[in-house]
Amino acid sequence: MTDDAKRSGLSRRSFLCSGAAGALSGGLAAGLLPGDAAGAAAVTDAEAPDTVGPGPVEIELEVNGATRRLAVEPRVTLLDGLRDRLDVTGPKRVCDRGTCGACTVLEDGRPIYACSRLMIESAGRSITTVEGLGSPDAMHDVQQAFVENDAQQCGYCTPGFVVATAALLARHPAPSEQEIEAGLGGNLCRCGTYKGIRAVVEGAGGGGVSGG
Amino acid sequence: MADYSWPEADRRALIGSRPARLDGPVKSTGFAKYPSDQNPSGLLAAKILTCPHAHARIVGIDTSAAEAMPGVRVVHVIQGEGAEIQWAGDEVAAVAAVTEEVARDAVRAIRVDYEVLPHFVTEENRDGAPDARAAGERAEGDPDAAFAAAHRTVERTLGMPQMAHMCLEPHGQVCSWDGDELEVHASTQAVSTLAGQFATELGVPASQVRIRTEYMGGGFGSKFSPDRWGIVGAELARKAGAPVKLFLERDQEVTVAGSRPSAFARIRAAADEQGRLVAWDSDSWGSGGLPGTGQTPLPYVFSRLPNRRLRHTSVPTNLAGSRAWRAPNHPQACFLTMAVLDDLADELGLDPIDFLDRNLDLTGRADTYREQLAIAGEMASWKERWQPRGRTREGAVHRGLGVSVHTWGGRGHSSNCDVTVHPDGAVEARIGSQDIGTGTRTIVAQVLAETFGLELHEVRVSLGDNVYPQSGPSGGSSTVGGVTASTRRAAQDALREVLVHVAPRLGAEPEQLVAGGGRVFVDGDASRGMSWREAAAQIGGAPISVQGRNPGPGRLISSGVGGVQIAEVEVDVETGVVRVERMIAVQDCGLVINRRLAESQVYGGLIMGVGYALYEEWIPDPVSGRLLNADMEFYKLAGLVDVGSLEVHMMTGPGYDERGVIGLGEPPVISPGAAISNAVANAIGVRVPYLPLTPDRVLDALAGRGGPA
Ligand code: FES
Ligand code: FES
Repeated sequence: MTDDAKRSGLSRRSFLCSGAAGALSGGLAAGLLPGDAAGAAAVTDAEAPDTVGPGPVEIELEVNGATRRLAVEPRVTLLDGLRDRLDVTGPKRVCDRGTCGACTVLEDGRPIYACSRLMIESAGRSITTVEGLGSPDAMHDVQQAFVENDAQQCGYCTPGFVVATAALLARHPAPSEQEIEAGLGGNLCRCGTYKGIRAVVEGAGGGGVSGG
Repeated sequence: MADYSWPEADRRALIGSRPARLDGPVKSTGFAKYPSDQNPSGLLAAKILTCPHAHARIVGIDTSAAEAMPGVRVVHVIQGEGAEIQWAGDEVAAVAAVTEEVARDAVRAIRVDYEVLPHFVTEENRDGAPDARAAGERAEGDPDAAFAAAHRTVERTLGMPQMAHMCLEPHGQVCSWDGDELEVHASTQAVSTLAGQFATELGVPASQVRIRTEYMGGGFGSKFSPDRWGIVGAELARKAGAPVKLFLERDQEVTVAGSRPSAFARIRAAADEQGRLVAWDSDSWGSGGLPGTGQTPLPYVFSRLPNRRLRHTSVPTNLAGSRAWRAPNHPQACFLTMAVLDDLADELGLDPIDFLDRNLDLTGRADTYREQLAIAGEMASWKERWQPRGRTREGAVHRGLGVSVHTWGGRGHSSNCDVTVHPDGAVEARIGSQDIGTGTRTIVAQVLAETFGLELHEVRVSLGDNVYPQSGPSGGSSTVGGVTASTRRAAQDALREVLVHVAPRLGAEPEQLVAGGGRVFVDGDASRGMSWREAAAQIGGAPISVQGRNPGPGRLISSGVGGVQIAEVEVDVETGVVRVERMIAVQDCGLVINRRLAESQVYGGLIMGVGYALYEEWIPDPVSGRLLNADMEFYKLAGLVDVGSLEVHMMTGPGYDERGVIGLGEPPVISPGAAISNAVANAIGVRVPYLPLTPDRVLDALAGRGGPA
């Protein structure tokens, strides 16, 4: 969450909603359509909206450190693009409407709801999913802490919570109650693992858990 | 006959300890592949067209436009012309296509003409229900005389609406055919029983249906059958000659894939001058969609209450049929009963814990409840802090404490487990069970490692596949008892076989030998022994493989538990907002295998309980017959910051351990609604008669209005 958003009292949930809408022009205006496709979408009038699609658009983006190139229709969300096209299935589709946080990924280090962003908006950007933070044999501190605090049952909400927690702790190593609410209030769990997740976050200050 | 038992407390290395769940690392890194994550090559995506009307007849269906769309592979009509649809969201047609986006386009291109018929979706007022039917009446003792002679009587009308399971992984599966062999990656609670159901519907032998569920994203009682979308998914895959992924969209998941029945009742209850319950009269009704509902078991827990009369009315509605929801019937019966008893305690001028205590002989386990009430009361500082209703306020914020008690069975289900010891010392268990998030994989490994005296990482557990020996569906808190008993029997038998081979080498009888600390040795003389690897090498070239079963001999499991919960709330009487400050749970479940996982179950129950106490309900629109909140924005689950501080006390040790293993999934979710409602009544001085405790209902109650009709 940016300092501006914090000052204005936006929760991460509402911030992400406004961020996603606001970024629609941003992502495209950044001119991230490589090769010929970029020419087709060239901006000719600063006031006119960019137009791509409805057919597939070639894009390139970085996913967990690897450069990925693909053609997607503009309507495909980042989440569906990751899961269906790139077989990156850590982020989960649960509400598909920006409510539950199960799809949370980092875009250029910032947590976003992948279900509420079009994949073409992430062109040229760097996406880190839960798989990109660590692996079972080399877990990120936050992932390790989720295991130790039993902060997961069925585990379906866990990828989103892990990414959101890592982002929160990267920004606030010892978060206040308000920062926890802003950082994790946009994620939901059905099995009821909040006690463990709270232990992860509250243990972070002294427990050697670090973010990012 | 072999003696099957759990090790004595001083000989347990792993049972009762707190090891982390074994699949924690694959889950927290996103490496765990759930059924919805399976992407076999050539995969097609499927979507379902549902009916927008709560009651209608299909008069025409035209799929030609969908069939003509590029990328569409199969269009399948589920219910065609003439079919009568009984709830909004019922499945009409399905499409398999190259991408999800194309499948959605194709579904939208199917044209269906309906004759819309009258519907009924709001059972709260049963008087308007077209099909309400009497569903049982019984009486014991002489209620009329008992009420006439009673010292105090209360009468209340209370209720709670239908609500959703809301599994985060939606219902669905990936189906792949290889010739006439079907493989299904299903998000299910019933790996071993699903194949037969698929087979019957699809006309193939069950031996040709493979079910796989290594991980799954929550069930809570809603994932026991293939469901229509499972069969349709398999049909689409068969017709397309390609694998098909079909998972419900969230609005479908909320609308058709699982709900808990509603429960309403007009209840009278009476007590004598000593505060003893003497009479009960309840007139209940409710709905679980089209099938209506059966009798709610009233009065709950205090089931030996003399002089009672029960009547029940089943109210069918044009909503999708309900499913078993974690602890079926119990949260409803608990709320209806404990709210009335709490109001009666207030009428008598008694502290509710004192009132419950005076009546514990009307329950099945007075000693357990008495002990638990004392512990919970101590944890809450109840004696110092409880005050009669409406006395604790600071400005607009009123505070309150509430208590509730509950019970559950939890006997282990039928389960078979194969345990194999290899000559190199490797030990493995194979069991056709499933880990639905409760930690089944971990507790089976604990039992296995404990029996062979090994470390947890030295044994291997394979589950989630119907090629393994059958084990029951995970429901009703029956899994832990079933799988630990079958695993323990198999492991004890396999170990005995190993010991027969080892005994001559140690110059001892097999009965004198024990396994522990990675060794096999003469009990009482650790110097006469050998490493586990050496011991296993004595069995010869072939592995030892033994099947253990449940039910079976020995005292490994039992059933019947009690629990007490206390809620502490703050209510803002100007806004009507309720905040749960603290929840305390005291719970027994016999012998605890893994304390960390057991506590997680109880925390999870409390959190789910805060959800249905404060937020969760299906909101059907009487005009359209559709749910108004078939999403996660307006169907609200409790979030991290909504649940207050949670404290759990597990009853363990002498008096509990020797009962053996008993299930724990259901009990902790039963009491929160009642405890929180009672805490709110304690805070604001009046009963909010309806769950969830939304601000409008709280304000209505404060204004002396409202409640179900
Ligand atoms: S799936 Fe993206 S927020 Fe729920
Ligand atoms: S662990 Fe199951 S939804 Fe969170």
